Amino acid sequence: MAEPVAGVRAYGLIAAMWVRSTMTYRFSFAMTLLSNFTATGFDFVVILLMFGQVDGLGGFSFAEVAFLYGTTGTAFGLADLVLGQVQRLGRRVRDGTLDTLLVRPVPVLAQVAADRFALRRVGRVIQGLIVLVWSLVLLDVEWTPLKAALVPVMVIGGWLIFSAVMVMGAAFQFWAQDGSEVANAFTYGGNTLLQYPPVIFAQDLVRGVVYVVPLAFVNWVPALYVLGREAPAGLPGWAAFASPLVAAVFWVVAGLAWRVGMRSYRSTGS
Amino acid sequence: MTDTGFIELDGVEKVFEVRRRTGRFRREKRQVRAVDGIGFRVPRGEMVGYIGPNGAGKSTTIKMLTGILTPSGGRLRVAGIDPSRERTRLARRIGVVFGQRTTLWWDLPLRDSYRLVHRMYRIPDARFRENLDRCVELLDLAELLEVPVRQLSLGQRMRGDIAAALLHDPEVLYLDEPTIGLDVISKAKVRDFLRDLNAERGTTVLLTTHDLTDIEQLCKRVMVIDHGRLMYDGPLGGLHEVGESERTLVVDLERELPPITADGARVVRVDGPRQWLAFPAARSAAPLVARIAAEYPLVDLSVREPDIETVIAKMYAERSAGL
Repeated sequence: MAEPVAGVRAYGLIAAMWVRSTMTYRFSFAMTLLSNFTATGFDFVVILLMFGQVDGLGGFSFAEVAFLYGTTGTAFGLADLVLGQVQRLGRRVRDGTLDTLLVRPVPVLAQVAADRFALRRVGRVIQGLIVLVWSLVLLDVEWTPLKAALVPVMVIGGWLIFSAVMVMGAAFQFWAQDGSEVANAFTYGGNTLLQYPPVIFAQDLVRGVVYVVPLAFVNWVPALYVLGREAPAGLPGWAAFASPLVAAVFWVVAGLAWRVGMRSYRSTGS
Repeated sequence: MTDTGFIELDGVEKVFEVRRRTGRFRREKRQVRAVDGIGFRVPRGEMVGYIGPNGAGKSTTIKMLTGILTPSGGRLRVAGIDPSRERTRLARRIGVVFGQRTTLWWDLPLRDSYRLVHRMYRIPDARFRENLDRCVELLDLAELLEVPVRQLSLGQRMRGDIAAALLHDPEVLYLDEPTIGLDVISKAKVRDFLRDLNAERGTTVLLTTHDLTDIEQLCKRVMVIDHGRLMYDGPLGGLHEVGESERTLVVDLERELPPITADGARVVRVDGPRQWLAFPAARSAAPLVARIAAEYPLVDLSVREPDIETVIAKMYAERSAGL
């Protein structure tokens, strides 16, 4: 069976286990879902308040900002829901529990991604969707079939791009480990779950840079097209539809990074 | 694939490149040979103990055998498969229990963890039920199946973990410290189970442990590794000869006497009327006993077998001194 199919299947199995695990603490689940929803909603309230004072933000109307926010928020929320846990990879490397995943007959990436799958993150997705739908109602745009089609493409493309970036970040953690620590984890069975490496800062930097670039394709360029504004200087008109292409490129790079990371982990650290 | 070498290693090496921070920005590269040219063969159905001190290369070897780590050199085959190249294919044929890391689901009933294994390994339903029933019976898990794993004791959890590793009928079982931290009764249960498994199913078992009783009770063959090299590979009893170990004859005399003099034995301790005599483990105790009984007022005596742990410690010490 093809690896991606096996991966998705394994992901489903493991994620389902996590959902059941969380459901053993129903009250706590309800509370975190609520707080998650509220916390992410706050961002938007800030924008709301701002528009109470001014009519536009950088030449954008309230509905337009809501549209930008809604598409990105939903895309990121989906990526975070499905793949956010890959960021925990570093910890698994350090405490040696990654090894327990490596002796199973299913792809490791799927196992890492599904690790601690948290349904509460669906809160962010719902919140993003609410804002998006609301903005679509408010928007004063001449809808064409192409524009209408672009909205889901934006969301799905963004989802894929954000996911790819998360995988890259995780792959990066294979190197971010202190070589000696990894070697220790190997030779001594890894009870050295102690310090957080200083590389965490470098990781944030990388994340910052890598998120900004795709964001332009996820959000800015296609949104300008939908809103009937001019494309940024120098970009051809088709750039608005480039997000699936960009997503594909990002996934190829992420897949390679993951492979290289795994290989270096297995021959060890560094 | 021949039956003489179900697990085959030839000159297997694993070199770790360790970078150590020596200054604020400077890093020093150093090579650590965790496994330094190890070769052995384990036939199908054998139960082998793999022992050595911390950092000797035990875990590294197991990780290469399971495909987690790629060897730096040498040849390695398990069931004819190159583990690092075909890790996922091999995973269906091996079972691994990491003593200190449970793979069970903390918040869910034990049964749920097995259900996941069932589906993840795509075990046919009938086969799964049969294997689970067997494990439940032999490992005494019946009353634990509906209990969340977090409520299990260490020993119960270990038994649960062993069952989880066996549901897909692995041909080889790797056990990394399976009895660590367990009480005497749990240890006995685990050992009994492994013995049965090996005898009835012919499962090949490779066991690393600190507890030499595990080895004594389970393995006819033992391999001792230190500094990444195989120092001994043979029957457990043979360790005594290699280690030049000694047995001890404890003699109770009628009264306090000067140390006994006897050929081939020396007094190592005197405490009132009791004396301790050491003699080579390979030699029979009978002539010595006969002589002492003839020449001294003997009340009682007993022979103490050498402690395997001492034997091995002595081996390590000699090895280190020779380096």
